[in-house]
Amino acid sequence: MITGRREAPAPVIRGRPKAVLAYLIRRLFAAAVMLVVIIMVVFGIFYLVPKWAGVDIAASFVGKQADPAAVEAVREKLGLSDPVHLQAWGFFKGIFTGRTYATGGDVVHCSAPCFGYSFKSEQAVWPVLTDRFPVTLGLALGAAVLWLVFGVAAGVLSALKRGSLWDRSAMVVALAGVSLPIYFTGMLSLATFAFGLKWFDAQYVPFGRSPGGWFGGMILPWITLAFLYAAMYARITRATMMEVLGEDYIRTARAKGLREQTVIGKHAMRSTMTPILTMLGMDLGALIGGAILTESTFNLPGLGQAVLNAIRNQDLPIILGVVLITSLSVLLANLAVDVLYAVIDPRVRLT
Amino acid sequence: MTTQRASARRKQALAAAAVVAGLLTTAACGGGSDSTSEAGYDAANNKVVNAAATKGGTLKFAGAQDGDSWDTTRSYYGFAWNFMRYYSRQLVTYKTEPGRAGAGLQPDLATDLGKVTDGGRTYTFTLRAGSTWEDGRPITAKDVKYGIERQWAQDVLSGGPVYLKDILDPDGAYPGPYQDESADKLGLKAIETPDDTTIVFRLPQPNSDFPQMLAMPSASPVRQDKDTKSKYGLHPFSSGPYKFESYEPGKSLELVRNTQWKEASDPVRKAYPDTVAVTFFSNANDLDQRLIAGDYDLDLSQTGLSPQGRQTALKQHKGNLDNPVSGYVRYAAFPQNVKPFDNEHCRKAVIHGADHVSLQTARGGPVAGGDIGTNMLPGSIPGNEGQKYDPYAIAGADKSGNIAKAKEELAACGKPNGFDTTIAVRNNKPVEVATAQSLQASLKKIGINAQIDQYDGAQTSGIVGSPANVEKKGYGIVIDGWAADFPSVQGFGRPLWDGKYVLESANNNYALIKDPAIDELFDAYAKELDEGTKARMATQINHKVMEGGYYLPFTYEKYLNWRSGRLTNVYMTDAYNGYDFVNLGLKPSK
Amino acid sequence: MTEFGIRVSELGDSATAADEPADASPASPAFLEVRDLRVHFPTDDGLVKSVDGLSFELERGRTLGIVGESGSGKSVTSLGIMGLHTAGQYGRRKARISGEIRLDGIDLLSADPDHVRRLRGREMAMIFQDPLSALHPYYTIGQQIVEAYRIHHDVDKKAARRRAVEMLDRVGIPQPDKRMDNYPHEFSGGMRQRAMIAMSLVNNPELLIADEPTTALDVTVQAQILDLIRDLQREFGSAVIVITHDLGVVAELADDILVMYGGRCVERGPAEQVFHQPRHPYTWGLLGSMPRLDREQQDRLVPVEGSPPSLINLPSGCAFNPRCPYADVPKDDVTRTIRPEPTEVGDGHWAACHLTREQRERIWTEEIAPRL
Repeated sequence: MITGRREAPAPVIRGRPKAVLAYLIRRLFAAAVMLVVIIMVVFGIFYLVPKWAGVDIAASFVGKQADPAAVEAVREKLGLSDPVHLQAWGFFKGIFTGRTYATGGDVVHCSAPCFGYSFKSEQAVWPVLTDRFPVTLGLALGAAVLWLVFGVAAGVLSALKRGSLWDRSAMVVALAGVSLPIYFTGMLSLATFAFGLKWFDAQYVPFGRSPGGWFGGMILPWITLAFLYAAMYARITRATMMEVLGEDYIRTARAKGLREQTVIGKHAMRSTMTPILTMLGMDLGALIGGAILTESTFNLPGLGQAVLNAIRNQDLPIILGVVLITSLSVLLANLAVDVLYAVIDPRVRLT
Repeated sequence: MTTQRASARRKQALAAAAVVAGLLTTAACGGGSDSTSEAGYDAANNKVVNAAATKGGTLKFAGAQDGDSWDTTRSYYGFAWNFMRYYSRQLVTYKTEPGRAGAGLQPDLATDLGKVTDGGRTYTFTLRAGSTWEDGRPITAKDVKYGIERQWAQDVLSGGPVYLKDILDPDGAYPGPYQDESADKLGLKAIETPDDTTIVFRLPQPNSDFPQMLAMPSASPVRQDKDTKSKYGLHPFSSGPYKFESYEPGKSLELVRNTQWKEASDPVRKAYPDTVAVTFFSNANDLDQRLIAGDYDLDLSQTGLSPQGRQTALKQHKGNLDNPVSGYVRYAAFPQNVKPFDNEHCRKAVIHGADHVSLQTARGGPVAGGDIGTNMLPGSIPGNEGQKYDPYAIAGADKSGNIAKAKEELAACGKPNGFDTTIAVRNNKPVEVATAQSLQASLKKIGINAQIDQYDGAQTSGIVGSPANVEKKGYGIVIDGWAADFPSVQGFGRPLWDGKYVLESANNNYALIKDPAIDELFDAYAKELDEGTKARMATQINHKVMEGGYYLPFTYEKYLNWRSGRLTNVYMTDAYNGYDFVNLGLKPSK
Repeated sequence: MTEFGIRVSELGDSATAADEPADASPASPAFLEVRDLRVHFPTDDGLVKSVDGLSFELERGRTLGIVGESGSGKSVTSLGIMGLHTAGQYGRRKARISGEIRLDGIDLLSADPDHVRRLRGREMAMIFQDPLSALHPYYTIGQQIVEAYRIHHDVDKKAARRRAVEMLDRVGIPQPDKRMDNYPHEFSGGMRQRAMIAMSLVNNPELLIADEPTTALDVTVQAQILDLIRDLQREFGSAVIVITHDLGVVAELADDILVMYGGRCVERGPAEQVFHQPRHPYTWGLLGSMPRLDREQQDRLVPVEGSPPSLINLPSGCAFNPRCPYADVPKDDVTRTIRPEPTEVGDGHWAACHLTREQRERIWTEEIAPRL
């Protein structure tokens, strides 16, 4: 029998906040670099590809009688005749210093941060984005609350009553939710609740004008969007919860004499929420870039609708702006998820 | 008025939405009771529904897309031209009368339709007294001249029609007001303003449609000190009875009364509602449901209800619908630089071989698609003969196609066993794709094997608008549609049929018609001042085009348009091929 | 017989239960009595009889070692005592448990589940095999111990923390006040098991079940943990059940040994006797596979050949017969047709085998013992 010395204690890990800060700075820097790359790629796609494809952007600005001189003048005004690197540099610089577009005796100033200027709608892109961003944010956050609450609850119940009628019907509904397009569920909910039962008006009212009206107008879009995501979340929650319930530490929790609701609600939920929060971060990041289908179905003046209109009008600067916002929000969401992950799961080291 | 006018609404033909249609039909049962019209189906087509002079209320438009620009110089959308009469005035404008009469001109800012002298080279107008801007200052001849001069600044103000620029300054000598060296920026030689109420136009060549061009919103006055150049469309300075209260692009537009406007100074506009509001929708089906539910009064784009809305409306609210022509002719053109369409017999073989009823069905049938087109001149153009002129018996004996005649023509063309060709069709117009498939099926019966090539519909001008590309791709049949910028054979047909209008890109003369007889007729038409003779010339041009077999007309397009029961003074006008917006009123609210 | 503090009986369906002397002394019930325990799991392939008629008793202050291969039913037995087969088995087919488990006179199987829950962690606690997976990765060691304490004690967090620190200190974790705030993954394997033990003992349970407490640890640490369990048992006076596949572990700890095979007991008795005079071929096999430091590597192991029996279709006769090298020694194929009942082979020492006492003694002394 060996009765050896006691083990040396494992090194104690300290200084987490500091590590988090350093990590954040590093990641933010990486995100900034990434954003620059994205700008260049998107810029390349929007400004080079039409050239290669032989499509004339300038011509789309001129009316039916496309006078070559007028097309040339528009090209000049849009800066399309400059070499690409100059165009890209102009764009970058504009973000910090603002830009001035001057042609034919007309001077248009786009003040910093200038993310381009839409010559289709004669607006700077940045104000369009900031004007529409809150709508999309409201949509995404409201829907996220709904789908988290209902999706996770349905998933947990399904996991606890697996194989039951509830579980089967919930999973069928979830499958429907995942596979039905927003366009369909949106139209269906409009037809039923707005035009049929007349419960909601389902017309967008800015929050500032009437919080109640805003809420009433957002209910159907929230529900419709949340339905899609709740379905996904319910499925993931169910699978994760079932896996977690098989973990040894859940048995330990029971062996301690914990009430079952504490075992589920605290110990099992804590582990189940980790992948859910990761998904939430990613989904929110992508949604904030514009819930195109939901916004167009419900006529919500958000980023998604803006980009749809812009595609329809071949309004490249707006498209570019929204793509950048989307990229940025996805990048930030990624970062937030990573940081959050480290907060939730102590095993994850931020390196 | 141009292919651009065809709204994006139809693009949203989504299968999912079609499934919902049935549900919408039942769901909408309760809706719209207070907006149901007693006037009846198609009542505003050629006559006035609910004639009344009640003032007040908010007229509510619903739009599936924003205007291309609300700057009078920069718009090419038909609905925008129609709407601009709310806040802009012209020297002359279209009569506020239903149907064909609406395509006639009447004085607006001017006291009459102008004195034409010098063999049609000089037009002199006198301005009406009492016309004012929204700040109360009088509208002067110089303002009119400046407004027209803006057409020359295409580098800044692109997008609108440039007829006046082409006619008054064909060599492009004037640099436009923004580059004008003269102090008053009124350097255009072709327009003189001897005093504040007189304006004289001097045309290098006569053009008998000149007054039509002055009726376009691009001939509206603009005050130099209020000209915000490229941003003018965000808040145009009003010369009409309404002015911009607020405009959020893509979201909403609201006009309120221009208190400085005096009814006595305006023979055209009645200004019944207090407010004119437009809300833009991104979901066309939702828009239609809200029209039917009575939330809005009419569709801004005037391109008809979507298939789902149509179904509901026809079942529940037929009395709120009108079924007018859209002004569009839908057709196939045969580029002559693609063999064997250089041979007129091969072209005619296609015309004879086509099943015209099935083409009409593919377009949507008689109600939603339109009547079978028998020739290329649509009903709103003076000189048209409608279906009475049917040289290929398209709507008559051979409406389902005449294979025997088609084979004769093929033999005459030297291709008795048929040939291979390609149909070019826009990929973003499901209806056109269906039409192409219908045509493909009937051509197979006469031995013509046609492939369908769906091209990017947003890039029309570079693809089918480039004859070189058409030749390279072998597009023997190009499917398209066309409407007039202004109701005359020149406004409709010149870009399509005049040999001088063949362009290397953005060409619209797809068939590459270079017939000296047609060109001469257009030249003579431009010089002819007598309306009767002009109409006869239009008929002749149309006959020449049809005889050449350059086109296979499909339909004179029709659509189903919603009119709320609240509306008064509702009628369709040939000028805009929609409801005449400017004098719509509202019944007093209960 | 009762001085061993443990009487184990294999009852089966037979009437031998009546022969058990211990059963006849209801006046002094043992602290833990397990009677004819059966734990059956319905599955698609059939009924899995993990435990099929197991009985034993255990007094306070004594340590029972339950030994067997994996699948012999030893862990199922321990979870059965803790009531963990019925708690939280969502949607799965319910385990069928019958028999009696009396803790301090109360039958846990028929008692109110919530009452049993309150006994868990306070009266009876458990140490699991792999402390890394058995501890919640997202909570600190301190939080988990504090929680275990506060379930059963109405004290504030500060008091609970003091108690947790005290326990960590007691199980030999240096700087317990600091290590409290570490997460399980920040501990070494041995420290984690110490923490696990601290958590189990925080409420001074009267019954401690240690399920393979050292299997996941390296050899040097194993010994420390075993020492710790022994010390603590002496200090707290609890009854301890050590479940292991390794006779070496029970050799260190147990007063009594129960050998399980195929859901039943094949041999049990005082540790001394089971080690030095084992009377069942399966026990011989286990002893042969036990590592000894004083043996040459090559001939140290006499492994039990073959694989554990199917719990759905146990071999008829003696469940061990397919693997038993002496299955053919008794006459008339009796090992394959008749299930052997436990017979007393020594003082409080029972074994279930068809071999005669003489045969067993001869084989042990002549064939097995010399090779160990």
